[in-house]
Amino acid sequence: MSKIKTFAELQEIRKNLENRISLRKTAGSKDRIIVRVGMATCGIASGARQTMMVILDELQNEHIENVSVSQTGCLGFCDVEPIVEVIIPGKPSILYGKVDEALGREIVTKHIMNGTLLEDIIVSRSFETIK
Amino acid sequence: MPNYRMHLLVCGGTGCHATKSNVLVNELKRVLVEKGLENEIQVVETGCFGFCEKGPIVKVYPDNIFYIEVQPTDALEIIEEHIIKGRKLERLLFVEPSLNQKLEEQLDMPFYKKQLRVALKNCGFIDPEDIDEYIATEGYHALGKVLTSMTPDAVIEEIKISGLRGRGGGGFPTGLKWEFTKKSSADQKYIVCNADEGDPGAFMDRSILEGDPHIVLEAMAIAGFAVGASKGYIYIRAEYPLAIQRLSIAIEQARDYGLLGNDIMGTGFDFDVEVDLGAGAFVCGEETALIKSIEGNRGEPLTKPPFPAQSGIWEKPTCVNNVETFANIPPIINKGGLWFKQIGTEKSSGTKVFALAGKINNVGLVEVPMGTTMSDIVFDIGGGIRHDKQFKAVQTGGPSGGCIPYSQIDIPVDYDSLVSIGSMMGSGGLIVLDEDDCMVNIAKFYMEFIIDESCGKCTPCRVGTKRLHEILTKITEGKATEDCINHLVELSNTIKDTSLCGLGQTAPNPVLSTIKYFLDEYKAHVIDKHCPASVCEALLSYTVVSENCIGCTACLRSCPANCIKGAPKEIHEIIQSDCIKCGACFDICRFEAIIKK
Amino acid sequence: MINLIINDIEVSVASGSTILDAAQKLNIKIPTLCHLDLHDLKMVNQVASCRVCVVEVEGRRNLAPSCATPVTEGMVVRTNTLRSVKARRTVLELLLSDHPKDCLICSKSMECNLQSLASDLGIHSICCEGEMSTYPIDNSSHAIVRNLDKCILCRRCETMCTNVQTVNVYSAVGRGFETVVSTPFDLPLSETACTFCGQCVAVCPTGALTEVNNRSKVWDALRDPNKLVIIQTAPAVRTALGEMFDMEVGTLVTGKMVTALRNLGFDKVFDTNFAADLTIMEEASELVHRIEHGGTVPMLTSCCPAWVKFIEHNFPDLLDIPSTCKSPHQMFGVIVKTYLAKKLNILPADIVLVSVMPCLAKKYESARPELSNDDIPEVDIVITTREFGGMLKEAGIDLPILKDEEFDNPLGESTGASIIFGATGGVIEAALRTAYEWLTKKTLKNVEFTALRGMSGIKEATIPINGMDFKVGVAHGLGNARRLLESIRDGKSHYDAIEIMACPGGCIGGGGQPYHNGDVEVLHKRMEAIYREDRSKKIRKSHDNPYIKKLYDEFLGEPYGEKAHRLLHTHYTKRQKL
Repeated sequence: MSKIKTFAELQEIRKNLENRISLRKTAGSKDRIIVRVGMATCGIASGARQTMMVILDELQNEHIENVSVSQTGCLGFCDVEPIVEVIIPGKPSILYGKVDEALGREIVTKHIMNGTLLEDIIVSRSFETIK
Repeated sequence: MPNYRMHLLVCGGTGCHATKSNVLVNELKRVLVEKGLENEIQVVETGCFGFCEKGPIVKVYPDNIFYIEVQPTDALEIIEEHIIKGRKLERLLFVEPSLNQKLEEQLDMPFYKKQLRVALKNCGFIDPEDIDEYIATEGYHALGKVLTSMTPDAVIEEIKISGLRGRGGGGFPTGLKWEFTKKSSADQKYIVCNADEGDPGAFMDRSILEGDPHIVLEAMAIAGFAVGASKGYIYIRAEYPLAIQRLSIAIEQARDYGLLGNDIMGTGFDFDVEVDLGAGAFVCGEETALIKSIEGNRGEPLTKPPFPAQSGIWEKPTCVNNVETFANIPPIINKGGLWFKQIGTEKSSGTKVFALAGKINNVGLVEVPMGTTMSDIVFDIGGGIRHDKQFKAVQTGGPSGGCIPYSQIDIPVDYDSLVSIGSMMGSGGLIVLDEDDCMVNIAKFYMEFIIDESCGKCTPCRVGTKRLHEILTKITEGKATEDCINHLVELSNTIKDTSLCGLGQTAPNPVLSTIKYFLDEYKAHVIDKHCPASVCEALLSYTVVSENCIGCTACLRSCPANCIKGAPKEIHEIIQSDCIKCGACFDICRFEAIIKK
Repeated sequence: MINLIINDIEVSVASGSTILDAAQKLNIKIPTLCHLDLHDLKMVNQVASCRVCVVEVEGRRNLAPSCATPVTEGMVVRTNTLRSVKARRTVLELLLSDHPKDCLICSKSMECNLQSLASDLGIHSICCEGEMSTYPIDNSSHAIVRNLDKCILCRRCETMCTNVQTVNVYSAVGRGFETVVSTPFDLPLSETACTFCGQCVAVCPTGALTEVNNRSKVWDALRDPNKLVIIQTAPAVRTALGEMFDMEVGTLVTGKMVTALRNLGFDKVFDTNFAADLTIMEEASELVHRIEHGGTVPMLTSCCPAWVKFIEHNFPDLLDIPSTCKSPHQMFGVIVKTYLAKKLNILPADIVLVSVMPCLAKKYESARPELSNDDIPEVDIVITTREFGGMLKEAGIDLPILKDEEFDNPLGESTGASIIFGATGGVIEAALRTAYEWLTKKTLKNVEFTALRGMSGIKEATIPINGMDFKVGVAHGLGNARRLLESIRDGKSHYDAIEIMACPGGCIGGGGQPYHNGDVEVLHKRMEAIYREDRSKKIRKSHDNPYIKKLYDEFLGEPYGEKAHRLLHTHYTKRQKL
């Protein structure tokens, strides 16, 4: 690491480092979006890990902080793996199927960032979160 | 750089280290590698979470789940269940006794609910060995701000507005101290961080240095800029190896980044810090003694004036602040003195960190706004007294402080209120005493500490405290008369009135405050030759309760003095004249047939 | 000037003064114990450790130590309120509670500051008896006894040893009640770098530090019918002995002293001054030799044994600059055990030579192995002025009423040059009186080199000799000596000859002189007495002493010659810094 020469440089460095702890900072906030990737044997076999990685990558690219990405077990829809569930507080949770890498990125850019659902690949709309 | 989706924060304070948190960290990392998750899940060893009672602590982000008492053997299950399957581990959640309910999140816990973290804001939140994490939390921005947009006078003004007072015990306004040092002209000035925390049971400063060392370095540089000093010393006791290690790492990293050294951030300001190890003499917490010790002399206090701000290290103006005081500086600069001023009470602004210890359920480190009542700290945050015993007193201020009885439990905790009832803020140790503690014995304990730790320079402290201890010993041995109590008070007052430094001037406080609030206990010792708390051995006797004794002979067999008589299945008897009061019979009896009083 | 009010009386004192200074100006007495201000010597013991001098200051939470509290404008002080008087008593009682009560048989009895303070405050019982500290007595050295049971931790010795003398032998160690003034690694004093200058003894307020008492040895010798007991008296003794008999300070008691010594039973009463003249003969010769033969300059005087030990420990690389001359009393010893023994036809082993010295280091010096011959020491017993005065009291000899008598001859005659050995600057002045005449072959008209006199720590003078500037330096007090030597070693200053005395003021302020209890005026008066005696002498140059000439003619041969060298010169030993 070279020396920090100006205050502006320090502020710039901080901006780049912010994501290192953003996860901790936004934890516990009520409007946190949760993305869960089915990661059972069937999910992994059909590329769930790669899907998850692109989602993480895209979130990072877009500097989106309030999204938790976690993995989950088998959801029972083995034929439509990889499965990704997107839970936006106050809205029905959406379950997507057959999410490849490109679709994973779209989930971020369209659903999470713009609220536009990827209607074509919706497997289910959860009823649990409907008021 | 790996893009982690989950962080596992493991407390790496000394308390949790002692319960193998470092082994746990390694185990978590090992399992993650085994499961191929090392690039998705980050394990971070942080500073103290404060909840030492239930350590080691693991906090899972972003799920915000707080696990307690996590053993290395739990690592596999946490990863398989929580990380992989997304199911939290119920068995490692904290059960709030008052609600009898499992709590997932830290902020739901009463222990954290009433706390406000300013000085400890990064403790348990960042990796103290990684300067990047500190910078990510706005670290060194306060320094950047003062160097690029403020004058030294403006910095001092901001600190004065904040109302920050020294957290080491005395409560002297920090802004004024800086101003005095700035006004002394000299070719060289020094900033000293007093990390010679020595009160029994206190570990606030250690935790800050272990959990957030950079905040102290940043604050010292700010102080250096404000008063015109280019050199800082951190005087830390050698008994704090983890803090020293993390400080040393932090200093190296800050130098690598050019945040310490010459021409910081291109502003032409030079400041560097050196760690100076103390040998753990309590008196070296006194600033003039500390300065002597840094100079390589015997650590003993000097008469003031001159004050260190005029003549300190090598007779140069020196500004000495305590660790916690420094930890408040960057937040004040970042958020403004007025923001800080709004926290706490009018004369004691901000927060105070306390180390809870003694007979309390939640032993640990807490930070509360000034003015929080003692009752809130002890009963809500501290979770009350262990084993449902009766609260007797809370000791504040260490050997310089006093005991606060139940009648004063609603006192707001701030500098002036504590002094008004004969105690003091001190550096923040809070030791809770219950019905099983004898107050004479407690006073004796503190005096024992003082006679070991007095520097021996001035007569009242060197000889006077020794005599106080001797009188207290006489009382606990039942050899004292009522006059002894008066004598204790008179001698205590003279010691307070004539001692050279703060140590001696406050040394009799534990004696005076226990006499003030627990005179009955003293009288019981001297008049009735009885120790109400059944602590003072010489005043105790062990007797057999005939109704409960079944003649099992367990006590008889355990007695090392052979002073218990009785045949099997007959009631036993203790021959008092031979009893050495070791308590072996009391400990072994399963039928509550032996009582001590 | 700062204005303040003490006990309702207004007073103005210079800024930087203490409350104690201001009170003294008003003749208000505040008791003190640890405090000692020897302003001329730059020795201020202001540790404020004893807390006996506490007073009430309006607006201050606690009591203020008057010795260390600077006055401030408008300060209102009360020195005798119930609160301060009571506190003082308690503090003193605390000190006494950890102090042996064997005052009657204490060597410091009647001269003990603690004792007189207890008496002044009327303390007849002690509020809090308790454990007392006990330490083994350190009597490892020939000069100083340390009985730390009697130490009250006033730290005067430490200030003297560390700050004034820069010898750094004493330092407080341990904590709390276990605190004790100790040597490095608690070594016996004999194994430390202690120079035995005895300044610690001179300032100790109690019986914790005292000289090794040789009185009984002297009595034994005097009572031994088979011994010829000879006494020699150092120049500074006669200026101070009278103080022990309530005579006015600065009274010269030379004649009475001689009478008293005869009354004590000494067979011969001689004068170390004779040997001082002899020393000048040798030292001036050595100086002239060094100058004329391009030897090492500066040449340092070597009369002071504490100074010699100091340079051995602290400047072992500079051991070629001190003169090789033995000190006067050792030269005297040699002459007694060779020349005089022969003259009197007596075996050296049957002579007991006693020295009365103002000095503790002389006790150590006389025991140095190179200063004895076939196991017969050059000087057998050394006693201090104080021990000598004590012996007179013991024998019922009342000094003031005695008649004056003359020293015995041939070793009793001396010049004005020798008496001034007793004050700082005197040795070099005496040497100059002789060296000047030898080098210039002219008579020195004005023998007084006033620039070399007085209490300044480092003095210097430049004397034109044979068209050359001859530069002379004087230091007294080992701290000043250290500074002077360091500047020479660093090449920052040049001198041709230097005199160094370990004790501030020179021998008149020696560690074996009657206690002056911090009154520096006493030293000034002793010094005046020295120069008075010099002026009263007909012969004021050592080389004019007829008995000295005779000694060389009959016995020694040439000054600085082979025999003189063998008998009157010595060598030095490199020693460790610790």
